Amino acid sequence: MSDGGVKRMYLVVESGQAEQPFRWSAGTYGSRFLTAIRDDGTFTGIKCPKCGHVYVPLRRVCGPCFTEMTELVPVSNEGTLVTFSVVSFGFVDPSTGKHRAVPYGYAVIKLDGADSYLIHFIDETDPAKMKAGDRVRAVFEDEGERTGSMLDIKHFELV
Amino acid sequence: MVGVGMTVQRSSRRDVTGVELINEAVRAALSDAAMTRKDIDAVVIGNMDHFEGINYVDTWSVDGSGALGKPVMKMTTGGTTGTTVAMGAYYHVASGMFDRVLAIGWEKNSESDTTGAIITAFDPFWDRPTFGGAVAGLALEATQYMAETGASEEDAAYVAVRDRKNALNNPYAHLRMELTIQAIMETPYLAWPVKLGDMCPRTDGACALVFASEDVADDFPNPPAWVRGLADRHLWAYTSDPYVNQKVKGGTWFPAMEMATRELYDRVGITDPLEQFDVAELYLPYSFAGLRYMESLGFCERGGGPELVRSGATDMGGKCPVNPSGGVLSSNAIGATGLLRVAEAALQMQGRAGDRQVQGASLALATGFGGCYWSDEIVLGSEMPDVGRG
Ligand SMILES: [Zn+2]
Repeated sequence: MSDGGVKRMYLVVESGQAEQPFRWSAGTYGSRFLTAIRDDGTFTGIKCPKCGHVYVPLRRVCGPCFTEMTELVPVSNEGTLVTFSVVSFGFVDPSTGKHRAVPYGYAVIKLDGADSYLIHFIDETDPAKMKAGDRVRAVFEDEGERTGSMLDIKHFELV
Repeated sequence: MVGVGMTVQRSSRRDVTGVELINEAVRAALSDAAMTRKDIDAVVIGNMDHFEGINYVDTWSVDGSGALGKPVMKMTTGGTTGTTVAMGAYYHVASGMFDRVLAIGWEKNSESDTTGAIITAFDPFWDRPTFGGAVAGLALEATQYMAETGASEEDAAYVAVRDRKNALNNPYAHLRMELTIQAIMETPYLAWPVKLGDMCPRTDGACALVFASEDVADDFPNPPAWVRGLADRHLWAYTSDPYVNQKVKGGTWFPAMEMATRELYDRVGITDPLEQFDVAELYLPYSFAGLRYMESLGFCERGGGPELVRSGATDMGGKCPVNPSGGVLSSNAIGATGLLRVAEAALQMQGRAGDRQVQGASLALATGFGGCYWSDEIVLGSEMPDVGRG
């Protein structure tokens, strides 16, 4: 049987343009982190009182120590590239329902002053032009355009 | 383990619903163990809801799973779901509360976009806006691996060629093809350095296994495959955390896998896995995993993955064949995938793996990989263990 025959014989029912919006709480610290980016274009970290590890983005509990963290510390808008990829296959972003624009550089970044890493876009799509250890800096959306999301960071760029 | 059932793994099974697919595997497993539904004491089942968009498989599948009127528990842990289901069924039996427990793993990946669904498993604030699913996440690891060891894309392609060639011996596998390294190299990049030929397919399929207590293990037609030991570790909050954990844990590749491996090998008495295991069914979701994870599993030194696989030691006929079934690179119905690793290892221990049998195999390693660098590991043997009993 041809594929067409199979498709006629076995029906599939589409979910349609389903919309099921959620409203997620960013929490006290997540809100602080995102508002600092939105209002000031700066990054904030949070420091574990036990091991001294500085987390970015903010989280309330240091997993290895299992202690609550409260001390906010400033973290640089610059850092280094840990590892990266160039994403070129097309897919629908479930957050927007639209195709994510490809290709895009995708990177793990260590900001100066932080011990944990951020994951974000890197404004480079030639893998030969990047390597671990390269210096990078955050590029923010224009003031007034920022909404309090990680996408207020447009991307990171190689310095 | 006394009964094994699996469906043929295909890209799309439009002819069945989820419950009907589950039932195919369950009936095969019960028939294999010469059991009926009424002989089952409890059921453990798992998949990842967001691939089908239908929650609560524990409830709506009872007609087909055989759980109607019986204790049933759902377990879902991402890619490791299938191995977690196996561990859950083992814990049910090992607790002494149940003698015959059915473990079921299944997925119909054809029913949604796999990348989109995987993204929804991750943190909505920090990860989802830029995450590109499993392909993009794994590519970060592959880049790091190549940069730090000098391994090449061709080295990784060797693994994809090996597993898909092995799949020719497995009538249940989805992708069964004889390829060349060159053919893999010519496939397009999905996320540099990972190409189409380096990635697992998306598959519809199900697997079911019957676990029995040692008190009743001789009541079945086939010799049992014995669980010799198991361990699992989960270390992760966000997609970037595995790279942080490498530093925290002293510069290792894959801390969760290395922690689980140490605990498991100590317990079972493994000091030289390449020599001691006769066969391994490993959750290698893409080709580079077949280099890097061999190092975390102690089969070779850090950076030694390419030399190990190119030596032929992991080929059929080598010291420790890896993935005689064709592995995840040949079939990936995600909730079934980990359980298939355990099922394939069990068949090897029973001497019932057909054309993919490793002759005389008596000790096997099965693993699950998932979430963000989580690791489930199980050692199976053809003989009853003499420790941990009673
Ligand atoms: Zn701490």
